[in-house]
Amino acid sequence: MAIFGKKYFKVELERLERKDDETLWMKCKACGELVFKKRVRENNNICPKCGEYFFLTAPERIELLVDPGSFEDISRPIVAADPLQFIDEDGKPYSEKVKKAQEETGLANEIIIGRARIGGYPVILAVMDFRFIGGSMGSVMGEQICQAIQYAVQERAALVLISATGGARMQEGILSLMQMAKTSAARKRLEDAKLPFISIMTYPTTAGVEASIASLGDITLAEKGALIGFTGRRVIKQTIRQELPEDFQTDRFAFEHGIVDNVVKREQLRDELIKILRLFAPLLAHSSAVAGEAHQREAIV
Amino acid sequence: MIYEELQRQIEQLRALSRNGVDLSEEIARLEAKLAALKRQTATPAPSPAPSPELDDWERVKLARHPKRPYALDYIQALTEDFYELHGDRLYGDDAAVVAGIARFDGQTVVIVGTQKGRDATENVRRNFGMPHPEGYRKALRVMKLGERFGFPILTLIDTPGAYPGVGAEERNIGGALAQNIYELFNLKVPIIATIIGEGGSGGAIALAIGDRVLMLENAIYSVITPEGCAAILFRDASKAPEAARALKLTAPHLLRLGVIDEIVPEPPGGAHLDPEMALCALKSAWQRHLREVLALPVDVLQKQRREKFHKMGLYEEITESSFS
Repeated sequence: MAIFGKKYFKVELERLERKDDETLWMKCKACGELVFKKRVRENNNICPKCGEYFFLTAPERIELLVDPGSFEDISRPIVAADPLQFIDEDGKPYSEKVKKAQEETGLANEIIIGRARIGGYPVILAVMDFRFIGGSMGSVMGEQICQAIQYAVQERAALVLISATGGARMQEGILSLMQMAKTSAARKRLEDAKLPFISIMTYPTTAGVEASIASLGDITLAEKGALIGFTGRRVIKQTIRQELPEDFQTDRFAFEHGIVDNVVKREQLRDELIKILRLFAPLLAHSSAVAGEAHQREAIV
Repeated sequence: MIYEELQRQIEQLRALSRNGVDLSEEIARLEAKLAALKRQTATPAPSPAPSPELDDWERVKLARHPKRPYALDYIQALTEDFYELHGDRLYGDDAAVVAGIARFDGQTVVIVGTQKGRDATENVRRNFGMPHPEGYRKALRVMKLGERFGFPILTLIDTPGAYPGVGAEERNIGGALAQNIYELFNLKVPIIATIIGEGGSGGAIALAIGDRVLMLENAIYSVITPEGCAAILFRDASKAPEAARALKLTAPHLLRLGVIDEIVPEPPGGAHLDPEMALCALKSAWQRHLREVLALPVDVLQKQRREKFHKMGLYEEITESSFS
């Protein structure tokens, strides 16, 4: 899925390749045990020995949640521009940073928009990939989220947003800040259309994205192990010059302070979504009979 | 003409320095500019010499100048019968945000602003203009009050940002900012937002969704402080001046990027040198824009507000065939 020249690839789960598949074993950073990679993958990227959550790419996340064969990448064919002609201190222009991220991830952007079914119910997915410049929100992400909302309205699907982001993309300056406004404004269309918006916050969901679209869900879930907050731990520590509570900005912290509806284990996210979607089924397109039955069958089995 | 103006600015800065403010850097820069300008015009130039534009970092310093007019200065000078309202009805009252009802130009308006302190004591009380969630929730409460009665809303933004602290996170600062942004789009009354000093990131945009977004000539508006950007991207907070230039955070840049609608002129050398003039300029801008937005039906106004922000951003289209 690497990008050569100007070729960008849409995400096809069937073609999902894994860059690091050459080695069979990996060491868990939490428990230090050597674990068989294939076992880790089959276990939703969770350490089979200690339960530590390893990082998930956006395609892996999608694979974990959707009905097999139902996913279609409907991202808009756009890529980041360099509105400020931004140059990092190491002399690298922003455009090069983007290119490098594209090559490393095989993705065109930091977010994938897709049409899929989950438990038979129609959803539009918007999934961020933290590997791509920290999953930060620039003009592309803003536009893609608006597109996702439009698709959801047109197709009467639920919007499921999965955040993995450090916040706004500094290299696009004020225009990245404006994406907070753009996405929040678009969110109203879901409300007007009476369509559910489920926001899933993962590790990490912070700053500009947390302070806009990610916090505007009808239902907000934190994946177990999530980091949720506006200002980063380090900055707060520098400002107040005090030690921060151990659980600061963790999933539990967010739950205890009423910021999320529930904390859900990664392996249970799909079932949790199906449970929620079932409650909204009458509002979604062609979901009632088929999806309901399918899910009932699942439940019986 | 330009010489005289520069000369005057330098003298004003010098006068200010005598009051204990260190402006030596600005003075040196202006002097260098003056010298350069003199050299340039000594040999006949083919085109007229450009008017001296302040460097972005100089503007950052002006935007943060301790003598600059703050929100309450504008409120007190430009409105009558200001009646301040307090508290978010949920947790507390945040003095970093002032909100209330007033009369402007014969019209009842709701006015909301972030407020810095003039001295150490007031700055502690006002938390250096960095609001907590309750500040944003108070602002929204009062703006919704305005909506109930059909009062237009004027906001004044001058904040380094939302407060980075434990309490703010515990009370869901991110959620409060998101809610404000969302609700401001839905308010059924005209909104005119003005960045008067620092427009610090999420803490600023949460009050800066408007049918008009105005910006004072030496104000700044940015996704991150130059210091923060320098620390993260350049790994050196002392590179803030470079970061300030890279971020394109001044009014002329933002006008070009389509993020603001108009630059409100300041007196030469900054609003603090002639507050009267700065106040007058904002007053006439408000009068003009308020007249325009009040003439529009609410649904048109809301639609335009959404469309305006929807257009913001820049990306490259790629062909479908190269994306498959």
